[in-house]
Amino acid sequence: MTRRQLWQRLVAHLDRSLMLGLGLLLITSLIVLYSADNASWDRPLRQLVNMTVALICMWLIANLPLHYLMRTAVPVYVLGMLLLVGVALFGEISHGARRWLNLGVANIQPSELMKIGVPLMMAWYFEKHEATLTLKNYFVAALLLLMPIALIARQPDLGTSILILASGFYVLFLAGLSWRVMGVLLAAAIASAPVLWSMLHEYQRHRIMMLFDPSQDALGNGYHTIQATIAVGSGGIFGKGYLNGTQTHLDFLPERTTDFIFAVFSEEFGLFGCVVMVGMYSFVIWRGFRITANASTYFTRLMAGSITLTFATYAFVNMGMVSGILPVVGVPLPLISYGGTSMLTLMLGFGMLMSIETHKKLVKT
Amino acid sequence: MKKHAEFKNHQREIFHFQLRLVVSIGFVVILLSILLLRFFYLQAFRHNYYQTLAESNRISIVPIVPNRGLILDRNGVVLARNYSGYTLEINQNKTTNMEATINELSKLVDITAKDRKRFKKLLAESHDFETLMIRNRLSDEEIARFAAQQYRFPGVEIKARLFRDYPFGEQTAHLIGYIGRINEDDIAQLEQSDLVANYRGSDYIGKTGLEQSYESDLHGTTGIEQVEVDAGGRAVRMLSHTAPVSGNTLVLSIDSKLQEIAEQSFGNYRGALVAIDPNNGEVLAFVSKPGYDPNPFIDGIDTQSWDELNNSPDVPLNNRALRGQYPPGSTIKPFMALAGLYFHMRKPEQAINDPGVYYLPGSSRQYRDWKVGGHGSVNMYKAIQMSCDTYFYGLATELGIDNIYNYLSRFGFGNKTGIDMEGESSGLLPSQEWKMKRYQQIWYPGDTVSVGIGQGYSLVTPTQLAFATATLANDGVAYKPHLVKEVRNSFGEQLRQIASDPLYDLSIDKANLDLVKKAMVAVTQPGGTAVYASLGTPYHIAGKTGTAQVVSMKQGEKYDEKNIDERLRDHAWFIAFAPAEEPRIALVVLAENGGHGGGTAAPIARKVLDYYLLGKVPKPMQDVKDEDIEHD
Repeated sequence: MTRRQLWQRLVAHLDRSLMLGLGLLLITSLIVLYSADNASWDRPLRQLVNMTVALICMWLIANLPLHYLMRTAVPVYVLGMLLLVGVALFGEISHGARRWLNLGVANIQPSELMKIGVPLMMAWYFEKHEATLTLKNYFVAALLLLMPIALIARQPDLGTSILILASGFYVLFLAGLSWRVMGVLLAAAIASAPVLWSMLHEYQRHRIMMLFDPSQDALGNGYHTIQATIAVGSGGIFGKGYLNGTQTHLDFLPERTTDFIFAVFSEEFGLFGCVVMVGMYSFVIWRGFRITANASTYFTRLMAGSITLTFATYAFVNMGMVSGILPVVGVPLPLISYGGTSMLTLMLGFGMLMSIETHKKLVKT
Repeated sequence: MKKHAEFKNHQREIFHFQLRLVVSIGFVVILLSILLLRFFYLQAFRHNYYQTLAESNRISIVPIVPNRGLILDRNGVVLARNYSGYTLEINQNKTTNMEATINELSKLVDITAKDRKRFKKLLAESHDFETLMIRNRLSDEEIARFAAQQYRFPGVEIKARLFRDYPFGEQTAHLIGYIGRINEDDIAQLEQSDLVANYRGSDYIGKTGLEQSYESDLHGTTGIEQVEVDAGGRAVRMLSHTAPVSGNTLVLSIDSKLQEIAEQSFGNYRGALVAIDPNNGEVLAFVSKPGYDPNPFIDGIDTQSWDELNNSPDVPLNNRALRGQYPPGSTIKPFMALAGLYFHMRKPEQAINDPGVYYLPGSSRQYRDWKVGGHGSVNMYKAIQMSCDTYFYGLATELGIDNIYNYLSRFGFGNKTGIDMEGESSGLLPSQEWKMKRYQQIWYPGDTVSVGIGQGYSLVTPTQLAFATATLANDGVAYKPHLVKEVRNSFGEQLRQIASDPLYDLSIDKANLDLVKKAMVAVTQPGGTAVYASLGTPYHIAGKTGTAQVVSMKQGEKYDEKNIDERLRDHAWFIAFAPAEEPRIALVVLAENGGHGGGTAAPIARKVLDYYLLGKVPKPMQDVKDEDIEHD
């Protein structure tokens, strides 16, 4: 086997366009992290390690034939549910929330696993009943979605439960849930809003209230929103220049390597940078939709669509929250924010997309 | 067939899915458009607003307080200065048990009961975050002792500060006034005049006297240091530095030595002295007795000392020279005489008979002369020399109140002189109109009679009477009295001179002036009422004595029976200018409860004149032999 053949074997299941889009975003991540970490290599290097691990996992998933992928759906989902119950019973409390489970060897956050596990399970379920879909099947799928969400919302982790709810809903939507039922659900959601409101934790309500008037609590919860909005707005058209963001480098921005990294980016690169950033995301999303449209099976179509839409939602929620049009719900900016777990989850998703794209011929034959 | 249906079904399903996918793409496009619009709004449309917010986030403006201007007398003697000293200050935030901390501190440095009281007052008035002074003027030894133990007091520190100091203390208290901590009233006033920015960082502001009146000169311009700070408020680097401009120096027209002599010449009398150079309005001495030490006021006087000053029957805090209002008594007579001549009511040589009592035509009410039995035949010259009341009763009646009001107001009676110190009283020159307004009563002829000898409703301030005397001395050419001669910047360059042009010229007939001035010289000659004032002087003094009846003091005296007699005694006036032929100084002396002007007020004036004209320094206290001294 020549070197060239070996290379072709290696990249055979990688989607070139997707790799280009992801690569640009990951390079951007390292550049912004260096600034957000006050010109230190510490976090960028560690993130590079995270990326490498995530890329390897993505490669593995991309090379996995689809029927193997489908087979993992039920075990992953069941394991995830068990772990979530475990968290509810024995989870470690940090910052007032019970999200982590100490397994002796490592602390894990089962809700991250469910970001993949829930849509996977739902897509598997629809595939199973593809021929005879009735309203009852949608109901069961919804149940599969709502059980883990209830557990995650109880932790409490509003951001993750909203994102999983979105990813599950996208599966339902793409699976053809009738518009009428969605209308009824929407009406029911609006009607039950006061009840949900009363079930929210005080700090969650506060965060939502803050959205409408951040200045009310300028030194408390509103501080994040106000300082981030100032950072974005003061960036102007072309930004203050790389490493020159005053909000960033004088410590005014909170959590600037993680949830608020977009504020760092837009302060230093301005509207111009923001448009480029949105462009990069659009490119990745567009490629995701292309893969979805070309997907050969019901399962892969649902899965690819859900992954793509969820990715778009991530990006929207984070940028919306940093620029002050959405409440601060603790969602990282996909592929840019510092952190290994979210990177890994996202890359697993893209691995699946690549697998779906590159294995379809095999399925057809 | 079945296969066909399945295929069709599959096609329909694909079609449905593609539709959903298009809806999804539309959904994502909407989301991303919302984001782009938001970015455009924040970064293009509202960029300036957020830019400002970001700048004010990172830039902290640190004021640099300017040094307050000095106050010098006309010869360069320092009357108000700054010195750097060390203070012990307590940060409220870092100190949990204030009482215990102060107790511990008192083992290292001397903390008196007064210090504690003052600190308590400061504490009550302050904001939580302020650092407050517990002791000032630490000695080197105290600094060393505290420095060795500083680790025990995390919230206590030694600071170097500039302090205001009034080296002449009591002597110049009413003249210089004092500065004090800026309070809420001051802030409100600064806001009104849009000066708050210049007072950022300033702790003190002029409260009374020249410190108050020339605040805008003395304060200076606050410097600005722009510092980049991080979110924790720590300075990261300096961006710009604008140096402060020190306050201007005031050079007074006051002669501090003359001031000192005047002050000491009062002995234990209460009263006031205002001496003016009639040729230009420069105030040479400005005394109000008793004074008080202004220094404790700077950092907030303790309540007990304040009460003592405020409740003292001597009212030391009242600036008598500026605000004290007294009936002018007989000192009004030279001006009345000029009025009589101006309106041709009396010819100079025209004599009247003084039987010792005056009746208004058709009335049986008696107006007594101060001399029982009267002065006999008196003309205008003699009437002034001997201060004949009957002559002026008649003159006043003949002139009528309208003419009197008209003429005396030209000399500034009833109006503020406009001296360069805030809070001047305007005295009172009564008129028909005034009485109607004040009492809803018509003017009676009897009222005019009293006004003729400076009693009745008439009130003057020492400053006002000094202005009138100076105007008379200068042949009717009036200069606005001013305490400050010139304003210099902190490098000593003159910025401006205060009022050197005459206000107006009364154009008094030369013959009338000569007569009145000669008569005033005669006052201090044998046969006059103040003959002792000029005994043995090589220069001529033109003067006039006066006595102001004490009426208003009655009520206040009930509380202190021992002093009733003394405090109800008449106030003694003496107005003078010298040398009479070419006056270089005009002055007014008021000695409260001093009896007759010739006996108490004139000797005080004499010492001041002797020093100013001859350079003669009196031996302190030696010449004041009045029995009244024992009372005080």
